[in-house]
This record gives sequence, C-alpha cells and structure tokens, in this order.
Amino acid sequence: MSSEWTNAELIQQYGIENPVMPYLRQDRLPHIWCPGCGIGTTVNCFTRALSESKLNLDEVVIVSGIGCTGRVAGYMNLDSFHTTHGRAIPFATGLKLANPKLKVVVYSGDGDLSAIGGNHLVHAARRNMDLMVVCVNNFTYGMTGGQVAPTTPLGPTQTTMPYGNFETPFNLPFLADACGAVYVARWTIYHVRQLAKAMKEGLEKKGFVFIEAMSPCPTLYSRRNRLGDGVDQVKYYKERSIIRNGADTKEVGLSFQGEIVVGKFVDRERPTWLESMNEHLGRVLGDKFTPYGV
Amino acid sequence: MSDQEGARKGKGGTVFVRVEVCKGCSFCIDFCPTHCLEFSHGYNKKGYHYPVLTRPEDCTGCDMCGQYCPDFAIFGVRLKDLEARQRAATPEPLIPSQP
Repeated sequence: MSSEWTNAELIQQYGIENPVMPYLRQDRLPHIWCPGCGIGTTVNCFTRALSESKLNLDEVVIVSGIGCTGRVAGYMNLDSFHTTHGRAIPFATGLKLANPKLKVVVYSGDGDLSAIGGNHLVHAARRNMDLMVVCVNNFTYGMTGGQVAPTTPLGPTQTTMPYGNFETPFNLPFLADACGAVYVARWTIYHVRQLAKAMKEGLEKKGFVFIEAMSPCPTLYSRRNRLGDGVDQVKYYKERSIIRNGADTKEVGLSFQGEIVVGKFVDRERPTWLESMNEHLGRVLGDKFTPYGV
Repeated sequence: MSDQEGARKGKGGTVFVRVEVCKGCSFCIDFCPTHCLEFSHGYNKKGYHYPVLTRPEDCTGCDMCGQYCPDFAIFGVRLKDLEARQRAATPEPLIPSQP
C-alpha cells in the first residue's frame, strides 16, 4: 500500500499512513463517487470526528439508506448496515433500543432522509431518539439520474423538471428544529474543520442530532444547470456562505445559488426517548419496573 | 524556533500523494492555505492530472489537503512530527491502530 504514495521512502522510513485509512475498508477503495463530489470530503470529516472523539469504535454503528451517500456505510470500517430506501432511521432506532450502549450514526442523503424517509426523520426527532443523523444535501437524486428532490431550490432544471423547479423545497434545519432535534447544524464541505467539529459534538451529544452537510453534485445538478464542476460549487460555498451560529432556523432556507447561512443553529437539552420512558414508567409502575438501558 | 520560521526555512511540512487514486477534483489545489500545490503535467492511469508539491518551502504540513480530499489520496505531515518520531526510541504510530 505505501509504495503507491509519492515520497514512499519517507513513508517507509517513518511508518506513517494517511490518518483516515484505519477508519476505511481499504479493500473497497477507490470509491464510486464522481470526481468533484463532496461525499468523500464529508466521510473524511467524519473519520476525523471519530478519531478526535476517542470513542470505542466497537460501539459505533453506521447505518445508511440508498443513494450515493448510502454507500458510506460500505466504506467505513465500522459495524455498518445498508438499509432499504428511506429506512435508515427506523433500523437505527431498533438498533439503538435493542442495544442502548451503542452510538448509532445515520449517514444518508437528502432524498433518502427527507423524501421517502421523511416521516421517519420527523418522528425520530419528535421522540428525541438518541441518534446522530448526517444528511448530505446535494439538492438532487444523484444515483437515479438527477430527479427533483425535496430539497431542490426553486429554479434549477432537473431531469423531471425540464423547465426549472417550481416546488418549494424543504428547509431541513427548520424541519428538524421544529420536530424537536436537540442539535441542528448546517455546514458545507468548504467548512471541513467546522463540519468535523460539529460531527464530534454530535457524537458526544445525547439525543437526536441533525447535521446537514451541503455537497456539490457535479455530474447531475451542476452540469445540468451549467454551474461548473465540483470545485466551482465549493468556491460558491466559500463566497456566499455566512456563518451565523444560533440563527433562527426559520430564516436559513436555501435559494438557487443564493446566500447560504451555515452554523450551529440549535443546541439544547431534552430527555431522550429512553429517559422519558424510564422516568414515566418508573413513576407509574413504581418498583415493578426495571429501568432499561441505563 | 516558531512554526512560521520553520516554514520559511523549508522545515514546515510535506505532502504524500497516492497518484493512482486521485480523480483530479482540484479541491486540495484550490483550498491549500499556502497555495503550494499545482496540477501535474502528466496523467495518472485513469487520465487525471494529480497534485504535485511545486513550492515545498511554503508547505506547512497542515493536512488541510488531506481533510478536503474526497478520495483519501493526499495527506500532509509536519516535518517536526517526523523528526519527533525519529527521535523516539520506540516509535509509536501517529494514528491509532486498526480499529
């Protein structure tokens, strides 16, 4: 492996390796994502968050749905599960409740989480299930060929909207906040350090954590709308993003090539589903009830 | 000696590139804080230009390129970290063992 690198003699001499490699299934690499796609960068940030959080990696599980981002579970060297379309959160909920000492991460795309899995997202946030949800938002259905997603802003052309999209998109941080998530953040893949820090905070936080990571889709979304390739989109993120921590999530909606408000919007405390259950049943049933998962 | 002096004297850092895995997205080149990377003139096996360290004296080894790379094909190391590893009698890995 080390001989593939430039400066291989230094690598041999000092025994160094790319710090993300231990967290990846190296036999699966190179991955399938297009040149200029940002999903790999979010995975890179996630590995850094894992290494900084010092979690026992035997107790971290990653679950993903279908789509380009759904492939992440296959590339991470963790216990992982690649579920059916949209059902990453229900599977993760079952996993968490069956074995409450696990740290369960749901890593999926905007189409998977907010369209077919939208109801699960809403209810997991409402129950404050102890999950961390990373939603990689590229404004389109990448794997199936560029159809309109619930997050596609007004205006851009898509395969199923040849004259431009006229459907009002979701404002995902507002949705998660309104449903009761305890930690809501949005970063783009330009903000790698902030994204890694948000993921680290999310791994340490108890309750429903929602992190939206904006990522370019150069092959479908950008090409169809003549926005250049991946790096041009990341330059747009750099120029038009405004860091506003604690912003009102009602005002952080996205428009086509418009201003992007990024930051940590919500960080609050609420009892998780298991805590609420233990508290309530302990009060109602008294000594007959044995608390679960504490 | 401060870090910046070290960078000026060419003791900052260096990068390692896995040429055959690079897809030429140019994230590392465009977002390098010291602009010390450039595209190669040649191609790799898949036909992409890959990054090369053209101004090694500017590289600080901050590993920003490594954090941007979607293909895990580049990473940076500070030379003082390498020297510290060499000084240590029993070198322990910079990274945690295979989880």
